Amino acid sequence: MDLSIFGDPFMQKAILAAFLGGVACATVGVFVVLMGISFIGVCLAHAAFAGALLGVLLGFNPMLGAFLFSLGTAAIIGPLASRGELNLDTSIGVLFSLMLGLAFLFMGLMHGTKPLGLIWGSILTVSRTDLIWLGIVASAVVAIVVLFYKEIQAVIFNREIALAVGIPAGFIIYGILFLTGSTITVSLSPIGGLLIFSLIINPAAAAYQLTYSLKKMFLLSAIFGVVSGWIGLLASYLFNAPTGAAIVVTSSLIFGLATLFSPKRKVKKWRVKDEPSRVL
Amino acid sequence: MRNNGDFTNIAVKIERAVVSYREHVALRDVSLEINKGEFLGIIGPNGAGKTTLLSLINGLGKLVQGNVWVLGHSISGGSVNGIRKRVGYVAQLQNTDPRMPITVREVVMVGRYGQLGLFRRPHKTDRIVVDKMLELVGMSHLAKRPIGHLSGGEQQRVAIARALAQEPEMLLLDEPTASLDWRAQGELLELVRRIHESQNLTTMFVTHDLNALPDTCDRLVLMKEGRIWQQGQPELVLKQDILSQLYDAPISIQEHEGRLVFLKAG
Repeated sequence: MDLSIFGDPFMQKAILAAFLGGVACATVGVFVVLMGISFIGVCLAHAAFAGALLGVLLGFNPMLGAFLFSLGTAAIIGPLASRGELNLDTSIGVLFSLMLGLAFLFMGLMHGTKPLGLIWGSILTVSRTDLIWLGIVASAVVAIVVLFYKEIQAVIFNREIALAVGIPAGFIIYGILFLTGSTITVSLSPIGGLLIFSLIINPAAAAYQLTYSLKKMFLLSAIFGVVSGWIGLLASYLFNAPTGAAIVVTSSLIFGLATLFSPKRKVKKWRVKDEPSRVL
Repeated sequence: MRNNGDFTNIAVKIERAVVSYREHVALRDVSLEINKGEFLGIIGPNGAGKTTLLSLINGLGKLVQGNVWVLGHSISGGSVNGIRKRVGYVAQLQNTDPRMPITVREVVMVGRYGQLGLFRRPHKTDRIVVDKMLELVGMSHLAKRPIGHLSGGEQQRVAIARALAQEPEMLLLDEPTASLDWRAQGELLELVRRIHESQNLTTMFVTHDLNALPDTCDRLVLMKEGRIWQQGQPELVLKQDILSQLYDAPISIQEHEGRLVFLKAG
């Protein structure tokens, strides 16, 4: 097996992108999984995708479009989520389908193959600018989790209780949505709009199966995210398969294995005592 | 209007409060004073505004009209976060995912977080308070267990420990015994009584279930349709005709082993 390709600069950039993207997505994924807001995450991912396409269509930076669209969506969902007004599921459903519709609309108005790159991503052609942005967002995500760990822990456990003990829960929730939107935005071009979400949810969902400690869950999730990216890269090189897809399949496999060996699924065995149940 | 009048002996003063959620008016022109150290019971049928009244006090409810002072501070305008840190709140038992990655000790520690403020980690003194409160509610032996693995009664004890870890001046209890079995209910009421006395608290206890009413209440507030319908000492208001009117259902009271037992009659 010739692995000398991993010495090439473009491959090294891809390895670094997989590391940074894996850490950022998997860390944000812990919020998404524990707060039960997967659907919000999918919605933000599609909003970012639609925004990026609009950027391509109108000739401005796609990343700016992605950022504005995902944050705009988060700003609409945020109040809905924190006040509990309207039916949250329904309103996210409406937004989600709108974003998907806009994405297809913008694609329909365009020609060429550039939109395809945003759907599937292209980690092998990741640019220096992409890497810098990935690095900034990944560092910010990790720094914020470390700095606000106790507030995040309280909000994840129970928003109402967090508010009642005097924690600015609304601020924390908006922060989490902001981080999720930013992470999706910077991961869009290396990983792709349709694939990004599996890299957010699978590593965190796998970590969730394995531990009762939030700290360990953050750590395991980040490790799974990075490992998914690296194994996916290797597999795509070995089997000449699309990289993004290989990363998604790897992260799903890790989730499958974690579920299979989850200590949380084990049923405690008990011995039937001698005393029979009585019928009166 | 931060310090209005003399609040040395008054924990809460509510003046002509109106709260409404869109078309629904939850509280209509409610005025109430609660003395420091008082144990106040709030009873009434579902939808009478009991929970809304509690939510005014920790600033989670939205005041449309009127004034509210808690522990000497007006919460009609300024920051309510400061007040929330001094008021412990226990809601009714909530569904917790059994796989939620948070232990009993961590849940109680959440009670310290508000006072600690941003960017500060729990110190040894915080851990000592947490251990003390776990001991007080008899949950020390379960400290390392995931919260979702505890029974309903145990989770409510942990919730009380969490509220006490705030070292609050007031304790708000909103149907804390709902959906607990008889034994857990009895034990929790006994715990609430003991804590009220030993921790020098002002306590407000909300329940729709007359049999879940602690017999230590100094005063009862009877709520109906968003108003304070009557109030007074328990022995004066816990009468068959008053309660039957309050709940729009015939209620009979019997005495059993020195305790009042409430039955739905007819």
